[in-house]
Amino acid sequence: MVEFEFFKEVILPKLAEGSLMTVLLIVLSILPQVLIGILIAVGRVYGNKLVSRLSTAYVVFFRGTPLLVLLFILYYGLPTFGIYLPPVVAAVMGFSLCGGAYQSEYVRGAIQSIKRGQMMAALSLGLTRSRAILFVIIPQALRRALPGISNEITYLVKYSSLAFMVTVIELTGAGKIIAGRYFIYTYVFTLIAAVYLVLVSIVTRLEKHLADRYRYPGIETGGH
Amino acid sequence: MSEQQNREKTDEPVLRIRDITKKYGENQVLKGVSFDVQLGDTKVIIGPSGTGKSTLLRCINHLDIPDNGQVFLNGHEIHGSKKDISTYRRQIGFVFQDFNLFDHLTALGNVMLGPVRVLNMSKADARDLACVELERVGLREKADLYPAQLSGGQKQRVSIARTLAMNPKLILFDEPTSALDPELIGEVLEVMKDLARSGMTMVVVTHEMGFARSVANEIIFMEDGRILEEGPPQEIFYKPKLERTRQFMRKISELYGKEDNP
Repeated sequence: MVEFEFFKEVILPKLAEGSLMTVLLIVLSILPQVLIGILIAVGRVYGNKLVSRLSTAYVVFFRGTPLLVLLFILYYGLPTFGIYLPPVVAAVMGFSLCGGAYQSEYVRGAIQSIKRGQMMAALSLGLTRSRAILFVIIPQALRRALPGISNEITYLVKYSSLAFMVTVIELTGAGKIIAGRYFIYTYVFTLIAAVYLVLVSIVTRLEKHLADRYRYPGIETGGH
Repeated sequence: MSEQQNREKTDEPVLRIRDITKKYGENQVLKGVSFDVQLGDTKVIIGPSGTGKSTLLRCINHLDIPDNGQVFLNGHEIHGSKKDISTYRRQIGFVFQDFNLFDHLTALGNVMLGPVRVLNMSKADARDLACVELERVGLREKADLYPAQLSGGQKQRVSIARTLAMNPKLILFDEPTSALDPELIGEVLEVMKDLARSGMTMVVVTHEMGFARSVANEIIFMEDGRILEEGPPQEIFYKPKLERTRQFMRKISELYGKEDNP
């Protein structure tokens, strides 16, 4: 078993540092991911032929290629063209681009579940299409897509560990280094699993909080 | 709002539509429809289901773009870019059969949306205006309820308030009571009668013959994408020119009862 002193002096600081990096990666990726998701979904549903096709191509590409490959391209590939991304930037970009494709599917499903009459009513009041999308369709779609969006963010929590492959020392990476140095794999990775579990629980709590806050009668977006 | 408005006609009708045609695939829904609506008129369009009445209303404010023909609002033709069309639409109220209230907004929020997002009114002013319009349809005390918490009749009255808040030049009603339970129809018709009395210009597609007889200045009988006959209610109800109109009137009064609705 590991001594408490050793845990406190050696393991804890490393894992804490790693956790902080993991949280940073997640926090930085959420907003761009969801924004890309909304834009792509709107593009696919409401865009003209060109926009709609480009948006579909985006989804096909980023859902159809492994995230790890994307990260390698961003970090190891782009320097070929003289573009040097810092590791964290490459990782956040990869998570945003790829997660955005998945998010767009949740949002698209939600948009398509909204009755046509909502758009017609908005247009009949004199709203332009883009304003109708912004003020009538998106607010309703986001409430409906919330469980899916949150689902994707729980994935994000876990696939953030791929950042290690582009040299970001996040939680899993920090764990691997320390576990390898002292040969305490089971101990370290059990701890790490627990941290991920906590992070995912936080996401779930946030989802419930948002669902309650933006609940309106006629739509049940979360538990009671 | 003055009582019974002077029916003196100005020379320019509020709405003038000419030879509207509309085709969905192979189905020619409208085959050339023309009519005028004068200021303060209530025009009721009747006719069998599937004869293009709703399509006609949607073509008037370009929710459906007509294939051919012209629509003039106060003498200005409705055409041009999408933005131009939005500018016309805001002047034409539209009341839908299934209400189409915005589900994520309260009754008040529904009525405020147009003034805030289209007319760029401040939220405070829009709130005051929305309260006035909700009062007008008798729902001031329901302002904070969401559509899912309202009855069908209340939803339709909120949707009328939502349209009134835009201060439209005329209002199009697309079977406003067809989705309602019979006991809720009266409250909506009552609001519409008040509107007609206050001088609002209205075009109403409905099967409510009681309403048509007591409120309409003119009734248009449509069938198969065309206007077959038009005239004042007395004429259409009691001495229609066409046998087909007579048949329809007889059938509809059997279906919906003698015109003793409120």
